Amino acid sequence: MLPGICRSTVGAVRSVVGVSRRHFLQQSSSLGTVAPKLEDAVTNEDTFAGRALYMDAQSTTPLDPRVLDAMMPYSLAYFGNPHSRTHSYGWESEEAVEKARAQVARLIGADSREIIFTSGATESNNISVKGVGRFYKSRKKHILTTQTEHKCVLDSCRALEGEGFEVTYLPVQSNGIVDLKVFEEAIRPDTVLASVMMVNNEIGVKQPIPEMGKICRAHKVFLHTDAAQAVGKIPVDVNEMNIDLMSISGHKIYAPKGIGALYVRRRPRVRIEALQSGGGQERGMRSGTLPTPLIVGLGEACNISQKEMEYDHKRISALANRLISKVTGQISDVIQNGDPDQRYPGCVNLSFAYIEGESLLMALKSVALSSGSACTSASLEPSYVLRAIGAAEDLAHSSIRFGIGRFTTEEEIDYTAQQCISKVTALREMSPLWEMVQEGIDIKEIQWSQH
Amino acid sequence: MAATMANATRATVLKLYREILRESKKFTGYNYREYALRRTKVAFRENKSLTDEAKIKALIQEAEENLQIIKRQVVLSQLYKDPSLVIEGENAGQR
Repeated sequence: MLPGICRSTVGAVRSVVGVSRRHFLQQSSSLGTVAPKLEDAVTNEDTFAGRALYMDAQSTTPLDPRVLDAMMPYSLAYFGNPHSRTHSYGWESEEAVEKARAQVARLIGADSREIIFTSGATESNNISVKGVGRFYKSRKKHILTTQTEHKCVLDSCRALEGEGFEVTYLPVQSNGIVDLKVFEEAIRPDTVLASVMMVNNEIGVKQPIPEMGKICRAHKVFLHTDAAQAVGKIPVDVNEMNIDLMSISGHKIYAPKGIGALYVRRRPRVRIEALQSGGGQERGMRSGTLPTPLIVGLGEACNISQKEMEYDHKRISALANRLISKVTGQISDVIQNGDPDQRYPGCVNLSFAYIEGESLLMALKSVALSSGSACTSASLEPSYVLRAIGAAEDLAHSSIRFGIGRFTTEEEIDYTAQQCISKVTALREMSPLWEMVQEGIDIKEIQWSQH
Repeated sequence: MAATMANATRATVLKLYREILRESKKFTGYNYREYALRRTKVAFRENKSLTDEAKIKALIQEAEENLQIIKRQVVLSQLYKDPSLVIEGENAGQR
């Protein structure tokens, strides 16, 4: 008897999801299979006037008006090529680029000469992993990384595997953090680089980078960290943390898209095989004319986030707590993913048991949210980060990431919480899983029939 | 002498404060408008009882620079209007 019920249950869940997706895409009103009342409760009531609120600060942030203001002159009058040495047009731009380089360096406790401008953290990660790997490949051919890294690090590692490197993808514990003992034990005599992200983009957990830095230094392994979600938001010091290479992204800290930086340590020196051939700019590590306006923007954004870090962090923490307590106060079975303490508070990842994250996202049309990384937001596959922390398949499917930033207001938090509460309640109302749980059936015990 | 100096400074600071708030209200974008108002109020309150002359002078200078930035960015925000958000009233962001 039970398997029969189950099959129809699965069918019902599928059709609910299917309907809400179709509905979202076409904004049509013909529904068919699902009782119209419930469907109304989830989608139709909000023929809202106005643009959705932005709650996705991990995928990108808006430009800070102060950043744009600093950039404008370099998009207009001061258009010179910063590499032109023969006239004042070049000198003006070069001066602006060097000022920005110093601003980036100051934020992370580095020397200006250790900063290389790139197109973003993806390029910085590629240069770090492939560049270091290839330079030292005659002596060392092992790379250490984690399963929860950003796609661009994992993919760079895959590329190196194709070139004969060996890569260890370390697992993380259920709180999302790498076990330091496992990390140290994975280091081999031929390990050249360890690449571990500082703050995870999906669940916001902080890896113990200072401790890893010590371990790496002791074993003479270079430590690269993808700090796209960390720089400008939490204090970072490359010397205190023993970091050898670090990736920085502009558009996560209210600077424009298309600009980033790479920190490369000079002492002890880290050598890199450049990926791009050309004029030899940026100490030969990244050829190509520097985009002066974007660089000025990144510099100013670093300058602002250094001044504003304490204020922003305090405020964002308060907003995150407000959101979490409002949502968990009104809805049961909400799980926060990732370590509760070792985290950046602006990234709140919640799983709402017994409903599909994707259908909740579609129901929450008036709030711009994501279930994880923007790179994978087109697929319905559950996030590999949530799988890596051992989240059960159903919880991995029901997660939503709330990204809180400098420009988020209390009013927006309250609206988001209230919307979330009403949509989750409505979706659960029509979820057969939720109904079964209310009847006391343990869902984990059910033998789902194969299709 | 010191008292008149202090009074003059007080008047300058209050004038600046009011002017920054007045300008900030003109941002068409909800988030920028709210941020400028909130951050200005917090910053001025934080430094309300500052006595260090040099520090006060530096902060006045900074506030003046910020006022100029806000004035320019408000003009931009009026040229490229931000659409109003779902939580704003009917005509919010259109002023």
